[in-house]
Amino acid sequence: MATCPVCDADVENPDDPVVGELLTCDDCGCELEVLELKPLKLGEAPEAEEDWGE
Amino acid sequence: MKVSIAGGSGYAGGDLLRILLFHPEVEIVQVTSERHAGKLVTTVHPNLRKLTKLKFCPASELEPCDVLFTGLPHGHVMGRLAEFEALAPVLIDLSADFRMNNSDDYEKWYGKPHSCPQHLQDFVYGIPELHREQMRGAKRISGAGCNATATILALHPLFSEGLVESTVVEVKAGSSQGGNASSDASHHPERSGAVRSYKPTGHRHLAEIHQELDADIPVHFSATSIEMVRGLLATCHVFLNRQLTDKDMWKLYRKYYGDEPFIRIVKERSGIHRYPEPKLVAGSNYCDIGFELDPHSNRLVVMCAIDNLMKGAAGQAVQAFNIAHGFEETTGLQFPGLHPV
Repeated sequence: MATCPVCDADVENPDDPVVGELLTCDDCGCELEVLELKPLKLGEAPEAEEDWGE
Repeated sequence: MKVSIAGGSGYAGGDLLRILLFHPEVEIVQVTSERHAGKLVTTVHPNLRKLTKLKFCPASELEPCDVLFTGLPHGHVMGRLAEFEALAPVLIDLSADFRMNNSDDYEKWYGKPHSCPQHLQDFVYGIPELHREQMRGAKRISGAGCNATATILALHPLFSEGLVESTVVEVKAGSSQGGNASSDASHHPERSGAVRSYKPTGHRHLAEIHQELDADIPVHFSATSIEMVRGLLATCHVFLNRQLTDKDMWKLYRKYYGDEPFIRIVKERSGIHRYPEPKLVAGSNYCDIGFELDPHSNRLVVMCAIDNLMKGAAGQAVQAFNIAHGFEETTGLQFPGLHPV
């Protein structure tokens, strides 16, 4: 079980995780990214930014 | 279980009917209204067409039942308590008559003496999240005020842990809080589009708020009427007495409410519904609570959204009824609000 870096909730480990895989925290809804595998470490996934063409 | 409703023509009475008609453990026997006696309840609550053939009767025709819900205006039940007690072993009152624990507080906030102060202690205050154990087997339950419910549930974890230096609460309220009797203030050209300071100070629900939070510091409270029919949003500005982090707040609210069937912690980092909104709980018994810490001060903002007629009245009363009788707490209440509305 990993921990959400935003709200500290338990986040269930995905099957066969890969670095860069995206997960969602059930409690705070934050999109999380698998940063490291052993041990499993999660970080906030970067948010897509709008490009307004400027 | 045979259930009757004394005072079923108001908006809270209508929602009680809407819930109890689908409650698997309940048979609604009688619904009273003096003004509408003899008419089908669907003449007043048209959303219940094809669901019931019940007619309103006068209170004088009430027969004994197992549970009597009372949805009468404030001041009526305390004047007729003996009459109602003779009809049913269990009373659940939605008015403000038995919310206070002592008669001095009642007189201070309601401006007149209580007519049966010896019975104030008989009633359990009706917020299950605070009084669940007292509700089991209870024979007398008092519904909680709607603004008070939202404010108390928002602040309860913080007061329980002694984290509050001071707090100011602003409630934005829908028009159904005013009941179904019309007035100059509710006349459509006056009420529509209003952002009206209704009670900047001195709101009666403060009495319950102080009592239930066991607050030894003042809770400041203002209410504003806005363009909304159902629902309210309580925005609580809490000045903390120590430095806390977002994770601390998550842990705190999860500790108090993580297992609560009707409380949802709503704090999302993206999307358009990041914090509680009354629209999203309209018609349901859910209470959505969210928070945000001001990174530049010790201010925590806690937002709480409920439907004033549901978690703030009829829904919470049925939740309490379920607990009192040993039914699954969510019976008859397991439906979300509508989206979109």
